[in-house]
Amino acid sequence: MEKLQSTFKNMVLSLVTISVVAAGALAGVYILTLNTINAQKTAKQKQAILAVLPEGATVSDAEKANGLTVYKAYIGDKWVGTAVETEENGFGGPQKIMVGFDAEGRIINYEVLEHQETPGLGDHIAEWFKNAAKPGQNIIGRKATGAFTVSKDGGDVDAITAATISSRAFLNAINKAYSAYTEGEVQAATGASQLSNDSTETAEVNIETEVAK
Amino acid sequence: MNIENNALKTLTNGILKENPTFALVLGMCPTLATTTSAVNGMSMGLATLFVLVCSNVVISLLKNLIPDKVRIPAFIVVIATFVTMVQLVMQAYLPAIYEVLGLFIPLIVVNCIVLGRAEAFAAKNTVGLSALDGLGMGLGFTLSLTVIGAIRELLGSGAIFGLHIFPEYYAMLIFVLAPGAFIALAYLMAAVNKLQKKS
Amino acid sequence: MVYFLIFISAIFVNNIVLSQFLGICPFLGVSKKIDTALGMAAAVTFVLVLATVVTYLLQMLLVAWGLEFLQTILFILIIAALVQMIEIILKKISPSLYQALGVFLPLITTNCCILGVAILVANGTEKLPMGAEHNMLTGTLFALATAIGFGVALVLFAGLREQLALNKVPKAMQGTPIALLTAGLLAMAFMGFSGVV
Repeated sequence: MEKLQSTFKNMVLSLVTISVVAAGALAGVYILTLNTINAQKTAKQKQAILAVLPEGATVSDAEKANGLTVYKAYIGDKWVGTAVETEENGFGGPQKIMVGFDAEGRIINYEVLEHQETPGLGDHIAEWFKNAAKPGQNIIGRKATGAFTVSKDGGDVDAITAATISSRAFLNAINKAYSAYTEGEVQAATGASQLSNDSTETAEVNIETEVAK
Repeated sequence: MNIENNALKTLTNGILKENPTFALVLGMCPTLATTTSAVNGMSMGLATLFVLVCSNVVISLLKNLIPDKVRIPAFIVVIATFVTMVQLVMQAYLPAIYEVLGLFIPLIVVNCIVLGRAEAFAAKNTVGLSALDGLGMGLGFTLSLTVIGAIRELLGSGAIFGLHIFPEYYAMLIFVLAPGAFIALAYLMAAVNKLQKKS
Repeated sequence: MVYFLIFISAIFVNNIVLSQFLGICPFLGVSKKIDTALGMAAAVTFVLVLATVVTYLLQMLLVAWGLEFLQTILFILIIAALVQMIEIILKKISPSLYQALGVFLPLITTNCCILGVAILVANGTEKLPMGAEHNMLTGTLFALATAIGFGVALVLFAGLREQLALNKVPKAMQGTPIALLTAGLLAMAFMGFSGVV
């Protein structure tokens, strides 16, 4: 076959054809993978929420408090805790963290959802603050005050060795989460009494819609 | 016989004689950035391999339909399409690796190896040979990235492919960090130069 | 204050070349002389800021239409077109500036730091200091700061290489290996800035 000449018509025609075919092919792959990608994301989200809340609790739908997304947990019709999705700019980029507080404001657990901290240094945030053997750095079970700071800044939480910025950002994210939690707490108390008639039922339905999404 | 020889030569060319990393010094960004561990380096290499083979095949199929003056934009569209496909498929089925490699997956588009092979090889050769060239180059790239990743992982965190050889406590963290990438690659390249001079 | 921190962070702490590994090709390729390094740095600054603004706006459209999967393909085309346009406009308006930057412009399309920064800012995953909101202003400032950081690294490196050319280097280390080693030491020096922001 002869090679096409570089006339204006040929150039436009071949570029447009290639672009249209490319866009079509991409749209196809996008539609094929869309469901899997979304399922992946919700599964991860849901797993993180359940990991930071008391066992056996049913989780309500997402709500907004102080600009953050919160998920409230109930056992029966009793409010037992809240999971908050929070974020802060870390050393390498945004850190996204899911943290759970119980009804008294103690931290139940946390999960790092997304981060871009340095491997070997800042990426220790995933484990460092839940090390029960080192009370200086452990925040699990502590009563949150909304003012966690690293010991270098006069606080009472030991920062990750050589990753003070990452630690600072992490604690800041937790503090933000706590303020969202305290704002949500008032709503939760009133919300719980409203829910008391059929709360277990609605909660059950809610968790099912979570799965369906 | 002659054709077979030619095919074999095309395939091994990219792995040894014209290794994209050590001989051609192309695609340095992903080479330095994603080799914090052997697995990361290998995944990056395989993603690039896929894009290389696919874009080489398609471009050599289309070479007569693309007028010369617009060949670069046309090549870029073809390459970007395959890169986005890799991106979507990885996001769906390998989310953990996708998160680690992050930005460097879309950046395969501007990896000089891919556009370089399209321009220098696929635009002039048959489909079969172009596929082999893409495969060879991709394998060469994957191999180099895996080796660099393994060395950095061993020195920096005391493990290879996640398997601990010695305790992390004795490892030199600098090799996982940015300066270690430059330094490890510099010495590896010098070693390859030395070996090539001898043979 | 936050705006000032964006600059410190992107130029010194998270230098685009020495800690993010973007734009390594021009970093190794056009760093043999300080003059050419300065020209390249100016061209990159120009294109990077412009490309970031344009792609930021484009991303808003893509999100609105649910076409995020076309991001990579459209961004690279936009950048290529932008570079072409700048080349044509410069040629018409300021021939002297075109003389200075012209040779570097075609190289910029395949400079991965342009596409890289455009994607980072469009997705809101760029490295901002703590407390900074992600919006168009901070995104643009981040692009400007990143470009300056690229320039600083490139010019410093070119200075080192000019000196290096006068020294005796073992045969196996000549060329790229010794350049990489120098870059490694420079990266180590820049690591000293971490913790500032």
